[in-house]
Amino acid sequence: MTDDVLVVEDLRVEFPTRKGVLTAVDGVSLSIKRGEILGIVGESGAGKSMTGMAVLGLLEPPGRIASGKIWLSGQRIDQLSDDELRVLRGKRMAAIFQDPLTSLNPLFTVGDQLVETIRQHLSVGKDEARQRALDLMSEVGIPAPTVRIDHYPHQFSGGMRQRVVIALALCAEPELIIADEPTTALDVSIQAQITGLLKRLCKERGMAVMLVTHDMGVIAETADRVGVMYAGRLAEIGEVEALVKTPRHPYTVGLMGAIPSLTGDVKELSQIPGNMPRLTDIPQGCSFNPRCSRHVDRCFVEVPELSHSGVACWSVDEERRS
Amino acid sequence: MLAFLLKRLLNAAFVMLAVALLAFMIFRFFGDPVEMMVNEQATQSDRAELRERLGLNDGLLTQYVRFVGNAVQGDFGISYRNQQDVMVLMAERFPATFELVIVATVLSLLIGIPCGVLTAVYQDRKLADGLQLASIVGVSLPSFVVGILLILVFSVTLGWLPAFGRGDTVDIGWWSSGFFTPSGRAALILPSISLSLFQITLVMRLVRAEMLEVLRSDFIKFARARGLPLSVVHWRHALRNCLMPVITLTGMQIGNLIAFALVTETVFQWPGMGLLFIQAVTFVDIPVMAAYLMLVSFIFVLINTLVDITYAYVDPRLRSDASVKGGVANGH
Ligand SMILES: Nc1ncnc2c1ncn2[C@@H]1O[C@H](COP(=O)(O)OP(=O)(O)OP(=O)(O)O)[C@@H](O)[C@H]1O
Ligand SMILES: [Mg+2]
Repeated sequence: MTDDVLVVEDLRVEFPTRKGVLTAVDGVSLSIKRGEILGIVGESGAGKSMTGMAVLGLLEPPGRIASGKIWLSGQRIDQLSDDELRVLRGKRMAAIFQDPLTSLNPLFTVGDQLVETIRQHLSVGKDEARQRALDLMSEVGIPAPTVRIDHYPHQFSGGMRQRVVIALALCAEPELIIADEPTTALDVSIQAQITGLLKRLCKERGMAVMLVTHDMGVIAETADRVGVMYAGRLAEIGEVEALVKTPRHPYTVGLMGAIPSLTGDVKELSQIPGNMPRLTDIPQGCSFNPRCSRHVDRCFVEVPELSHSGVACWSVDEERRS
Repeated sequence: MLAFLLKRLLNAAFVMLAVALLAFMIFRFFGDPVEMMVNEQATQSDRAELRERLGLNDGLLTQYVRFVGNAVQGDFGISYRNQQDVMVLMAERFPATFELVIVATVLSLLIGIPCGVLTAVYQDRKLADGLQLASIVGVSLPSFVVGILLILVFSVTLGWLPAFGRGDTVDIGWWSSGFFTPSGRAALILPSISLSLFQITLVMRLVRAEMLEVLRSDFIKFARARGLPLSVVHWRHALRNCLMPVITLTGMQIGNLIAFALVTETVFQWPGMGLLFIQAVTFVDIPVMAAYLMLVSFIFVLINTLVDITYAYVDPRLRSDASVKGGVANGH
C-alpha cells in the first residue's frame, strides 16, 4: 500500500442529462505503484478517458464524480477544490493526450510552453527554466534542442510533437502520468518509439503511468498490469502476461481472440458478436450478458463484483467454486 | 511570401481602378461639369473654350485615363463651391476624421475584448448576462440617437463635455491634431464613444463566439492539465487564438467607421471629411464627392491589404513555406 502512487476505490462518474443520469464509470477500483505502467483497454466509450479525467479533476461539467475515493501518494484528492487540484495538476500528476497535433498551442513556440509550465510549478528564473526545458527536450529524444526550442508546434512532425507533449508532462517531475491514447494518432513505426520512451521514463524516474489505449498490442509491449473496461466497469484486471496468456473473463477472451499476433499460432480470428451497449440502455445484471456465450442465470440479475483474483464474472466465479 | 504580396497588391490596384471608373462616371455624367463651373453671364464661346480646356471633347477612355492619372497624383480638380483645390480641402479635413476613427477603434478594442472574454468565460453569471444585454442594446440603437442622447446628458444636462466642434488643435506639419490640447481631448470623447458603441458590441460578440470555440479545443484542455491557472489559460492561450478574426474585423471596420463617421460628424458638427461630403452633396459639388469616394475606397483597400499581410505575421503557420517544413537546418 505504501508504494501505491495512485489508488482509486469504487469510482463512479455520472453525467446528468435530460434523459436521466448516465453512468460513464461505474465502481472502478485500481491502483498503480511507483515505476509501474497500468494499461487500460476497452472499446470506444468504455469509460477509459473518463476514468483518467476524473483522477485529474478535469471532467467537463456536467460530468462529475458521484462517489468513490481517489488517493495520490496517500493524499485524498477527489474532494479537493478546483484551485487545490490545479496546484497538483502538472506538478504531481500530468497528462498526455491522444493528438499531439492539437495538444500544443499553435501560436507559442514549444520553448514558451515549456518555460511557462516549468515556471508555473518550480520557482526558477527564466534562464534556469530555459535550461531545464533544453534538458527535458534532449531527455525525450528531440535532436538539436537548442534550435528546436524556438520552433512552433507546426514545425515538428507528429512523433516529435508527442515527445514535446511528454516533455511538458515531465516539467515538474510528476509522480503520476495519465497517458490517454498517446500513440493512437501516430504512425505505427513511431508508436513503438513513443511507448518505448514512456516505458524508459517510467522505470528511470519511478513514475506511475496509466496508459489508456484500445490497442492490446501496445499494452502487451509496454504495460506491467492491465485493466479491461467494458461499459464503464472493470471486467478484469491483472498482470499483463497472465491476462494475455490465460484470459478469464469472456470479454477478455474475445478481445484476445481478436488479436492475431499475440496468441502465437495463426488460428482463426474470432469476433465478439454484437456491440457494447449504449449508456442509456445498459442491460440488467452483467452489462456483457447479451454478447456472452457463457452466461449463467445469475448474470441477468446481479452485477458481478470484481473478485480478489481480478475478474468480474459469475460464470468464472462458479467454476472456481466447483 | 513575395508572390503573395504581389498578388494582394495587384488585387488592390484592380479594385481601385473599378472605383475610379465609378467616380469618373459621377464626375462626367452627373450634370454637365461646364454648366456647374461657369457663371450665368458666360458666352457660348466661353463655355466651348472651357469644355476644350477640361478635355471633355476627348474620347471617354482618354478622359478616364487622364482622370486616373490625375487621381494618382492627388489631383481631383477645383471645388465648384469655393474654388479651392479639392485635395487641399480633403487634407485639411482628413486628420479630424482619422483621429476620431482611431480613438473609436482603440476604445472598441479596449472595451470589447475584455467584455467578450468575460461573457464567454463566466457564461452563467449575472455580469455576463448584463453585458450580453448591453450589447444587444448597443447593436440596436442607431448611432445618431446615441449621439443625441450623449449630448443631452453630458453636454446639456451635466455640462461636462462640449457638444460640437473639435476644440483647439495643434498643427504638426500639415496635420492638425486635437490630441495635445485639453479642449481637443474633451471634444473627442463624446463623438468617439458614439461612433465606437456599435463597434464595441461587434468586437465583444466576435471575441465571445471565438472564445467559446477555442475553449473547447484540446490545447486548452492540455494547458489546464499542465496546471496553468485559469486566468493564464483564458487570457493568454485562448484569447491569443481569438485575435486573428478580431484583427480582420477591426481592419475591415476602420473603413466602415470612416464611412459611418459621416453620421457622427453631422451630429457633433465634427469638422471632418464626412461633414465636408455632406456639405458637398447639398451643393452638388461633384469634384469633392468624387474625391471623397476615391479617398474612402482607397483607405478601405489599403487596410484590407494590410490586414491580409498582418495575418501572415501573427500566425506563424501562414509564414513562408520554407520554415513550415522546418528541418533542423533552417532554424533562425
Ligand atoms: N458530456 C457527456 N455527456 C454524456 N455522456 C458523455 C459525455 N462525455 C462522455 N460521455 C460518455 O461517457 C462514456 C465514456 O466515455 P470515454 O471518453 O471515457 O470513453 P473511452 O473509453 O475513452 O472511449 P474512446 O476509446 O473513444 O476514447 C461514453 O459512452 C460517452 O458517451
Ligand atoms: Mg478516450
